[in-house]
Amino acid sequence: MTINGKSKNKSLLRFTTAGSVDDGKSTLIGRLLYDSKSIFEDQMEHIVQSGKRLGREELDLSLLTDGLRAEREQGITIDVAYRYFATPARKFIIADTPGHIQYTRNMVTGASTADLAVILIDARKGVLEQTLRHSYIASLLDIRHIIFCINKMDMVNWSESVFTDIKTELSALVKKLKIEDPHYIPISAKYGDNVVDNSENMKWYSGKTFLHLIETIEIRKNKNPLHQRFPVQTIIRPHTSEFHDYRGYAGRVAGGVFRPGDEVTVLPSLRKSKISSIDMFGKTISESIGGDSVAISLEDQIDISRGDMLAGSNDLPVISQDINLMICWFNELPMKVGGKYLIRMNSNEAGCIVKSVGYRMNIDTLEHDYENLVVNMNDLAYISIKTSKPVFFDPYKENNITGSMIFIDEGTNETVAAGMVV
Amino acid sequence: MLDINNEHLRELENEAIFVMREVAAQFENKVLLFSGGKDSIVLVHLARKAFWPSKIPFTLMHIDTGHNFEETLKFRDDLAKEFGADLIVRYVQDSIDRGRVKEEQGINASRNKAQSVTLLDAVEELRLDVAIGGGRRDEEKARAKERFFSHRNEFGQWDPKNQRPELWNIFNGKKHQGEHFRVFPISNWTELDVWQYILTENIKLPDLYYTHRRKIFSRNGTYLAWAPFMQLKPNEEVFEADVRCRTIGDITCTGVTLSKAQSLEEIIAEIAATRVTERGGRYDDKRSEAAMEDRKKEGYF
Repeated sequence: MTINGKSKNKSLLRFTTAGSVDDGKSTLIGRLLYDSKSIFEDQMEHIVQSGKRLGREELDLSLLTDGLRAEREQGITIDVAYRYFATPARKFIIADTPGHIQYTRNMVTGASTADLAVILIDARKGVLEQTLRHSYIASLLDIRHIIFCINKMDMVNWSESVFTDIKTELSALVKKLKIEDPHYIPISAKYGDNVVDNSENMKWYSGKTFLHLIETIEIRKNKNPLHQRFPVQTIIRPHTSEFHDYRGYAGRVAGGVFRPGDEVTVLPSLRKSKISSIDMFGKTISESIGGDSVAISLEDQIDISRGDMLAGSNDLPVISQDINLMICWFNELPMKVGGKYLIRMNSNEAGCIVKSVGYRMNIDTLEHDYENLVVNMNDLAYISIKTSKPVFFDPYKENNITGSMIFIDEGTNETVAAGMVV
Repeated sequence: MLDINNEHLRELENEAIFVMREVAAQFENKVLLFSGGKDSIVLVHLARKAFWPSKIPFTLMHIDTGHNFEETLKFRDDLAKEFGADLIVRYVQDSIDRGRVKEEQGINASRNKAQSVTLLDAVEELRLDVAIGGGRRDEEKARAKERFFSHRNEFGQWDPKNQRPELWNIFNGKKHQGEHFRVFPISNWTELDVWQYILTENIKLPDLYYTHRRKIFSRNGTYLAWAPFMQLKPNEEVFEADVRCRTIGDITCTGVTLSKAQSLEEIIAEIAATRVTERGGRYDDKRSEAAMEDRKKEGYF
């Protein structure tokens, strides 16, 4: 059995697709599911029946992802839907998100767990405001791999020059947003060209088909073995005669590689100790890497509780009460400057006060707005907060797990914002 | 040998264990909804892994419709005993006797829907603030919208249009008095993932999942197991066949499939080739367009 993350290529790829009803996103997803035999007969029958009931003439594959009654009736996507399919090469989890501006928060949610983003562009329309929006959100959430699917190539006579022009325009955007690994594919989701099979109509395109690309793309993760981060979720203390002195710090490795014998510093106490063992269900492990859920024991008895973190002594996170971050506001009530919220970063919690708003991002023009600083639902903004106690974190671009947080309204308990440390 | 991609199973396992540990840390009165079906058996296995060498920090709770397969009940009791887990059973029959819920009548009568009432009563009685379930997003279209941490209001209801956003791996389990959460650690698993995991982890399952000889009958294209309390329509005939259960629930709504699969490998090969979803044989989902969504809003699993 291979240990998670050891092989070069991840065998589970999570990607997000953003787009509106008419850009062919549902058709593309439907085709992937259909061609990989992930749509079953009873689901197909269901879609056909629902489509008839709703008076749709053509087979509407969006009925597959739009699962709620209100969505089906209104023909809109309200929420993130998760879809699953597999090929012999890989397993895929799709976070399918609605693409309209009022659903920015859903796009951010879908993107937060994705390794890759798929952005659809209508070949007839080229780069639109929503293309900027989707690309910006992907870059903000630090998704390094983006596939731009230039769709509806059948409607532009399979023209290479249309594709090249759009690609040129996108390249400028990619440069501006510093997107690491962009890909461009001309497709027709409706007819299947370059989705699963190479297109007969676009022989001028010699790159990979969409499916082949997502099956083979190498996902880059932060692999610096010294950037060790282990947020403690809970303490395992069996109190049995067999394991009388056992004390395991349970958590999921958020960065680097941990091995028995490594010296670690405990945050926030800054006390040091060495790892005595790393356990997983009765097995002692010689090393654990990003993503592993394990229990770590230390040589010394140190007071450690949920919310603390073990970090490599040579590369500690920032410890501070002042944080600058980009946030996406989720709540119908606007953010209050001077207002108090609860933040949760990993398993750690603290109170915070919003000190100031630096700017709001106009995601249709990618310009900063320094004038109107009221942060409403779906807004992205650069803000400064002060926490009620010192917290420890990394810049989001260095570590998506230790650099991210949510804001909770203490009155309603709702999650009101997502934040990324700048 | 089948080509099983173990690496993605490890990632799903790591994620599920992370979620289990969040539940242990964020809640007080915790149960794991245990039906004796494969998904809840996998949950128990994951919980053991998450907290080893401690015991499972959740009480196992079964909502018994009174229409369960006998094999399931025995398996349930044996498993709780083997792992030293506490087991609580609450009976739909009690809810009916107390007049909390009216028994459905007629040919397709089922106690499936009534389970929600019994479950919510148990939540109130035991002051539960969380119930862990084996629901998966690939099962059904309303479930595809479900969060890992799914909030329930003081009436136990789910509001699918107003769910808390879930970002990265940060789960917000904060709630007011009287509210509770349903948590689904294997949200991202597919049916095939579950079976492959059972195989690689060598997890014991009830015999019902393997081929066996059983009295069955056909109704609207689904084979149902026959039991004395099942009412037959005039044209329905009981006959014996080699079958296995693809899901195990209440007898009245669990479809069986004709199968000769004797081993996990054979079951996996069968599922990989099938063209009908797991819940395609579930009578409870066929009642209306949004049968699952409606039941979930009322407090169903």
